[in-house]
Amino acid sequence: MTRYALRRLAQSVAVLLGVSVLVFAIMQLVPGDPIRAALGQQADPETYQALRERAGLDDPVPVQFVTWIGNALTGDFGVSFRTGETVLSLILERVPATLSLAVAAIVVALLIAIPLGTLSALNPRKPVDWFASLSSQAGLSVPDFWLGIMLILVFAGTLGWLPSAGYVALTEDPVDWARHLILPAITAGVSSGAILTRFVRSSVLESLGQDHVRTARAKGMRARDVLTWHVLRNALVPLVTVGGVQLAYLLSGVVVVEYVFAWPGLGQLAFQAVESRDYPVLQGAVLLFAVIFLLVNLLVDLAYARLDPRITYRSAR
Amino acid sequence: MRAGETLRLLFRGPTAIVAAAVLAVLVLTAVLGERLAPHDATGTDVSSRLQAPSGDHWFGTDELGRDVLSRVILGAEVSLRVGAVAVGISLVAGVLIGLLAGYYGRWVDDVLMRLSDVLFAFPAMLMAIAVLAILGPGSTNAMIAIGIVYTPIFARITRASVLSVREEVYVKAARSAGAGDLRIIGRHVLPNVTAPIIVQTSISLAFAILSEAALSFVGLGTQPPDPSWGRMLAEGRGFVEQAWWMAVFPGLAIFVTVLAFNVLGDALRDVLDPRQRQAMATSGATR
Repeated sequence: MTRYALRRLAQSVAVLLGVSVLVFAIMQLVPGDPIRAALGQQADPETYQALRERAGLDDPVPVQFVTWIGNALTGDFGVSFRTGETVLSLILERVPATLSLAVAAIVVALLIAIPLGTLSALNPRKPVDWFASLSSQAGLSVPDFWLGIMLILVFAGTLGWLPSAGYVALTEDPVDWARHLILPAITAGVSSGAILTRFVRSSVLESLGQDHVRTARAKGMRARDVLTWHVLRNALVPLVTVGGVQLAYLLSGVVVVEYVFAWPGLGQLAFQAVESRDYPVLQGAVLLFAVIFLLVNLLVDLAYARLDPRITYRSAR
Repeated sequence: MRAGETLRLLFRGPTAIVAAAVLAVLVLTAVLGERLAPHDATGTDVSSRLQAPSGDHWFGTDELGRDVLSRVILGAEVSLRVGAVAVGISLVAGVLIGLLAGYYGRWVDDVLMRLSDVLFAFPAMLMAIAVLAILGPGSTNAMIAIGIVYTPIFARITRASVLSVREEVYVKAARSAGAGDLRIIGRHVLPNVTAPIIVQTSISLAFAILSEAALSFVGLGTQPPDPSWGRMLAEGRGFVEQAWWMAVFPGLAIFVTVLAFNVLGDALRDVLDPRQRQAMATSGATR
């Protein structure tokens, strides 16, 4: 296990180095002068020069990279070309909104997947299985930005039950926070729910065929108890890891959902950075998303290796 | 498996037939484009703005009086073209990388796969946005961005298949008969790794169309006045309470297209994956 963990960690560090080279390259690959592109031709020469010096653009590229990565390791991603605020502070401001949306979306996904996937597995080739398969296929295919607009049309526009957009901090008003969260969470959670439904179905089906389930039935155990204590308990353990991967996708994949609901998260920050050509902010946001993605995948792999010893043996060979 | 047998198995069930029929209609719509559109898709007519669906405008009109149905019809061409070219880019690049990595192994494999891992570490949408931040918005650049995003998945799938094929007796026989690497890869390896690539192509087409729509929706993909389903949705979003049809129909078009590619991809996987195929044969199950 330790050997596998160390090997997996070393791989992640190597990938992270490659990721940082690509993120650094964003500023280098922009045609022309990135600061001039951001500030426009009429920019104040002093502001322009100050930003140029702060970004170190006059240094040779390798020096720029070493300085950039050294600073990034200490949490210094530079300052916004637009507002002059540090990139770190802009990112930290947005983390609670994105985190709450991603966690709420995974809850929605599990609320869809566990009942639907289990019912589907318990009734193979029956109407409920057919319905689950169709819903899962539809959930995977529906554009989240369209689903969001349709939910706004029905629940905000026609029925007037929920707000159409915006964000309220949890600390400010918990009820209003929840009301603002419902529609974006459903929008973001549907596609993950579709993926997890398929997983729960196959996992429960596999569990139903196990010897201990057959034995429990042969002993005359009630069907509900067999399902709760023998089938679901085993089938849902791997869901922790798959759910973890989905959470990583959601943390970085709610970009467009944030755009639809004017949700002030990291995705919206990235869009604003692209629109205003605020490259240090874009670099910081992209790097953070990639690090979260790598980190969650690493943790999931390690958790899986712990749950399933065969992973360790295979990798150590 | 022969092509005829594959098609027979593929179209045994109704879902694959329906999906293929929907895609055939879409391709035909994209090819015929303006000839099929009942009105001028880009011509504005402010006097008939925001009209609800009617006999004259089946899908209603938008805020500039343009016919929504005509724009949806023309949008099919944009979506399918961007999707197909983007997947074409990732297919060519990914298969080439996968073939080289899998066939040559050792340091070639290490270098190419670590590069692929780096690209894979970026969330797809964010990667596309970052590429478009450098290249600038537009449908051509969206194709390149989506193409880059989906290259690693083709590389991984191809490499995995090549790793098993390169150990087959016929490859070893060709090598001992003095065949060069290029000939072995082209004649013996590539034809035997196509099944998972075909399945992935269908699934990637679905996601590429979805990505193009998402990028156009946020203003980074197809630019106005060209009708793109994502762009139309973005325009419809501002009028959703006054003119629901502006957002409903382009969204439905994306949904149906992506669903058809996904269903066909699943059906292809069932047929081309031997384990699934065997299960189908023994159970008599059809999709």
